[in-house]
Amino acid sequence: MSQRITPAPVRKSVVVRAPAARAFEVFTAGIARWWPKSHHIGASEAQSQVIEPRSGGRWFERGIDGVECEIGKVLTWQPPTLLVLAWQLTADFKYDAALVTEVEVRFIDAGGSTTRVELEHRHLERLGDRGELLRQSIDSPNGWGALLELYAHAASQQL
Amino acid sequence: MANATAQFAALADPTRRQVFERLRAGEQSVGQIARGLPVSRPAVSQHLRVLKEAALVADRAVGTRRVYHIDPEGLGAVRAWLDQFWEAALAAYAREVEKGAEEQQ
Repeated sequence: MSQRITPAPVRKSVVVRAPAARAFEVFTAGIARWWPKSHHIGASEAQSQVIEPRSGGRWFERGIDGVECEIGKVLTWQPPTLLVLAWQLTADFKYDAALVTEVEVRFIDAGGSTTRVELEHRHLERLGDRGELLRQSIDSPNGWGALLELYAHAASQQL
Repeated sequence: MANATAQFAALADPTRRQVFERLRAGEQSVGQIARGLPVSRPAVSQHLRVLKEAALVADRAVGTRRVYHIDPEGLGAVRAWLDQFWEAALAAYAREVEKGAEEQQ
């Protein structure tokens, strides 16, 4: 009926004033300290978030109600240079074991105790394979309605 | 592929957001969309053109009319959202790295 849209990966990078080992450690062991608090997966507020330090490890959130919610898993664990995570959240931040998008994070020595952190979130077309879920998510509190509020807010700040 | 900036710009306009939101109910023609909004049909057409260029909506011919629908997979919007999510998350991450560095000194 309509053409299929294949989205390009999301690519972001940032330079931090720290050596790669520390940049890697804050990204992984310290993820709960910087992950946007507004984006918890469970019903309750997030108390902590854990990336288990090994390939095949779990990536999950623990709510203040003690409930653990999966986010994905560790596909590649190569400190301090490379981390690949499976992001298994649908568009409305629900875990879906059948969905695997990849978040690759490279930590590149940029000299002078700084590190360039390059992030690529790819295979986003797989979110479309869960199209039915996407459609259902449109009216959920964390779904498109909320996303549109975010768009409008972010856009108004940019303009 | 439209980029996230185009999608942000497309949705920043309140009227255009209304047009987009009306399509959440399902496929509609320009006339149907315009009926519920205080704007002219040519204005609605113009908004739809911008939304289409941003890959947020798609259209198809039904007889002599065109009907519009939200990209059924919603990927354009989801990508734009993820783009913003990571932008904000990495900024917070960089602050956290540097906060810790100051404490260590």
